[in-house]
Amino acid sequence: MDVRPTAPPPTEDERRAVDAALGPPDAEGPVTASEARARRTHLLPALRAVQERLGFVSEGALGYVCARLGLPPAEGYGVASFYALLALGERPRAFAHVCDDVACRAAGAERLCADVEKSLGPAFSAPHRADPGQPHPKTAARWARSPCLGLCEQAPAALVTVAGAAPVEQAFGGATVDKVRRALGGEPVEPLPCTLGGAGPRRLLARAGVVDATSLDDYRRRGGYEALRRALEVGPEAVLREVTDAKLVGRGGAAFPTGRKWDAVAKAPVRPHYVVCNADESEPGTFKDRVLLELDPFSLVEAMTLAGFAVGAEQGYLYLRGEYPLARRRLENALAKARARGLLGGDVMGRGVRFELELRVGAGAYICGEETALFNSIEGFRGEPRSKPPFPVQAGLFGKPTAINNVETLVATLDIVREGAAAYASVGTAGSPGTKLFCVSGAVQAPGVYEVPFGTSLGALLALCGGVKGRLRAILLGGAAGTFVGPEALDLPLSFEGARAAGATLGSGVVLVLDDSVDLRDQLRRLAAFFRDESCGQCVPCRVGTVRQEELLARLARGAPSGSVKEELQLLRELGQAMRDASICGLGQTASSAVESAVKLGVFEGKP
Amino acid sequence: MTQRTLELTVDGVKVSVPEGATLLDACRKAGKDVPTFCWAANLTPANVCRICVVELGGARTLVPACSRKAEAGQVVQTDSPRVHLSRKLVLELLGSSVDMSLSRDFQALSKRYGARPERFGNKAARAEAGARDAAHAGHHHPGDGAQAATVGQPVKVDNALFVRDYEKCMLCYKCVEACGTDAQNTFAIAVAGRGFEARISTEHDVALDDSACVFCGNCIGVCPTGALMFASEHELRAQGRWDESKQTVTDTVCAYCGVGCVLSLTVQDNEIVRVTSPSDSSVTGGHLCVKGRFGYGFVKGG
Ligand SMILES: Cc1cc2nc3c(=O)[nH]c(=O)nc-3n(C[C@H](O)[C@H](O)[C@H](O)COP(=O)(O)O)c2cc1C
Ligand code: SF4
Ligand code: SF4
Ligand code: SF4
Ligand code: FES
Ligand code: FES
Repeated sequence: MDVRPTAPPPTEDERRAVDAALGPPDAEGPVTASEARARRTHLLPALRAVQERLGFVSEGALGYVCARLGLPPAEGYGVASFYALLALGERPRAFAHVCDDVACRAAGAERLCADVEKSLGPAFSAPHRADPGQPHPKTAARWARSPCLGLCEQAPAALVTVAGAAPVEQAFGGATVDKVRRALGGEPVEPLPCTLGGAGPRRLLARAGVVDATSLDDYRRRGGYEALRRALEVGPEAVLREVTDAKLVGRGGAAFPTGRKWDAVAKAPVRPHYVVCNADESEPGTFKDRVLLELDPFSLVEAMTLAGFAVGAEQGYLYLRGEYPLARRRLENALAKARARGLLGGDVMGRGVRFELELRVGAGAYICGEETALFNSIEGFRGEPRSKPPFPVQAGLFGKPTAINNVETLVATLDIVREGAAAYASVGTAGSPGTKLFCVSGAVQAPGVYEVPFGTSLGALLALCGGVKGRLRAILLGGAAGTFVGPEALDLPLSFEGARAAGATLGSGVVLVLDDSVDLRDQLRRLAAFFRDESCGQCVPCRVGTVRQEELLARLARGAPSGSVKEELQLLRELGQAMRDASICGLGQTASSAVESAVKLGVFEGKP
Repeated sequence: MTQRTLELTVDGVKVSVPEGATLLDACRKAGKDVPTFCWAANLTPANVCRICVVELGGARTLVPACSRKAEAGQVVQTDSPRVHLSRKLVLELLGSSVDMSLSRDFQALSKRYGARPERFGNKAARAEAGARDAAHAGHHHPGDGAQAATVGQPVKVDNALFVRDYEKCMLCYKCVEACGTDAQNTFAIAVAGRGFEARISTEHDVALDDSACVFCGNCIGVCPTGALMFASEHELRAQGRWDESKQTVTDTVCAYCGVGCVLSLTVQDNEIVRVTSPSDSSVTGGHLCVKGRFGYGFVKGG
């Protein structure tokens, strides 16, 4: 491989940031191709470290990262330019990301953005003119609009990052100009507590809000590590059997049977095996994983260890979205304590079982929640989904058999293993046993995370949240990739089979309630903009289709259809069909789903 | 080792292919014409253009014929209404956002599938030089939808040997693969950015001269849309002098070194205007080095 450095030499600051992430350089000769392949996995952590220290990824720093990793600079640049949280041109070290996505819009995000603009100046937008070869000029912008930050229950929300030797990152709801300004000044902004509620047994939320999230002792006092102890006693086969018998299916959106996934990895002849936790939670309207990670982080560490034991993996990766600074701190603390107490490492619980767990932090890319894109991101490639087959259980992370699961799925296995599959199925429906977390936001009295048995009706869930505020217009179920339902759907039983029968989806558990004060056409436009922004850009149907969909919705929102509304809707249907049928991954395949469901609610009938 | 064969059905016709074959192989064996853009015999399938999709019995979505492995008992349809619709839309999406005028395949397929890219509106004005290269992932100017966004931009002319006209780039990934592990192992270019702003780029969009590029021209050889073009061809086209009716192609063996690469010389008005190598050549696999590709200066007028 021919790696020719073209970048200017790194400054002292740049060098320090990179070396802090990669360790001091050893007497590095040229990096061989196989070494470079092995080192590549450190690319995103190194880029993040640079961003956190300098506030942007400079040419010198990127060049130095590439030199240390033996990576061609063009490839390093290709990866760095993939992530929204990495800036390639210099910008102020203190920078705010203000959410203007669906839930925050319904809570006045546009007003907040206007106020922020008055106070801080115009929002960041990529500089209009650049000299060829110098594409990323310095910007003075101090804030940018952001997709959903996973704080929808306290909308509107913002994330503020202050780069430096001791970087400060804060995400908070109830955002105001004042809070944003304070955070930009490095002052702490108190996070708001998330309302937790539900009906029936509290399993997933048993400890959340009660346990001291930073204390391993408190976690153990409240039943922590009982599930892993039991697993180590009964052995991997028994664990696999319980999880299969419990009919647990994935909570990340695809609803795939977890037992079958784990079984396939456990039986895979190729070694090593990996377990990966998908904590990239970026589906607009979703915040349940954040709440589990912030309030009960040890449960995830335990659950991943249990999963590793069950599928025969000695190494796990936890991929956390980059916009969750509090969850990150809590997880770092939990990992350190678990390691120090022999709950991770070469001899877990003194039972001769080896399991190591590494935290990886994303950098602003919804698509990296797609499982194979997530693998690519960890491996140091662009977060582009891979073509399936092969499936992750055959060839996943680093090409090896991998069990990848959502946070909530993993935490659910703790109860299943501790109490047994039969006890787990004592609530819920025959098709969907157990409980489920719902992320209720928008026009209800008490937005928050609610744990209810599967089969609870949508109306009953909303009643638990204190009921709808105002006149109910529509509910977005399952997130941006989900479906809108109207007020007539309140009887809908919230189970996988119930949702399917109604042509809807539970997706990641999003229940975004919109009253009739909300402009639905504007919301659809925002959804379309989201998919356009988050498409990885690989395949034609999604890369261009999401653009055309946004343009079409912009015309309809303005009441300026090209031809008639009917013709536009026909074009939308064809576009949706092609994206669904011909896109590589779930992003493109579902990019038109919410929009098309809204058409059925008559959103485009009448004047805008 | 004996190779197992697999039997499957394509448009009602039973065909057998060796294990490891793709659905594309199977379709071709059944005499079905499945179009491709991003696939090439001498490159790893990038699997991105999606023009090759076919309907596979039991699958939720259509599948890409170029990279999906054939399995025994599969039932494949290459011309169902769903296949037809997706291919038409892929053509319309490409046609409305990329200058596909130099792709004969595209013209023929557009006719075959009745693609009308203009359904998505008039094309927006092209971007200023460097603007697309400055795009930040996840941020775009939301337009009013009156015009169709395109990848339009001025041609990049930063060296004497070839130009990069990314207004014609359909992002098939072929040049990246040719520059990387599939041929050249130089990695001068990669895909940068994200979504509609994804683009082929050197690091920080530096000029090719300042990048790792060794000017082997293998990227030009694989580009299906004419986005990458010999400077000689670009000039003739700009002057309106490019005339394929006056061109001849002659195969010869490169005289620079002992490898013996096959060169196909395209000659117009006694001048070599393009040098390629057959992609099925056992010596080159279609790929050359800077000397064979561009070292024809001395032949000119000679
Ligand atoms: C565009 C896209 C984004 C996704 N984002 C997430 C995510 O943030 N978290 C998650 O758990 N699953 C996400 N998924 C689903 C994963 O691909 C995968 O199915 C899931 O992690 C499997 O875990 P589970 O079986 O426990 O649900 C996403 C899928 C797509 C197509
Ligand atoms: S569907 Fe969209 S996000 Fe998925 S691979 Fe294709 S372009 Fe990327
Ligand atoms: S000319 Fe050769 S080295 Fe240069 S970009 Fe093209 S393939 Fe890569
Ligand atoms: S420049 Fe040509 S070969 Fe490269 S991606 Fe674009 S169309 Fe494909
Ligand atoms: S935090 Fe703003 S929409 Fe979720
Ligand atoms: S030819 Fe199959 S996806 Fe492009």
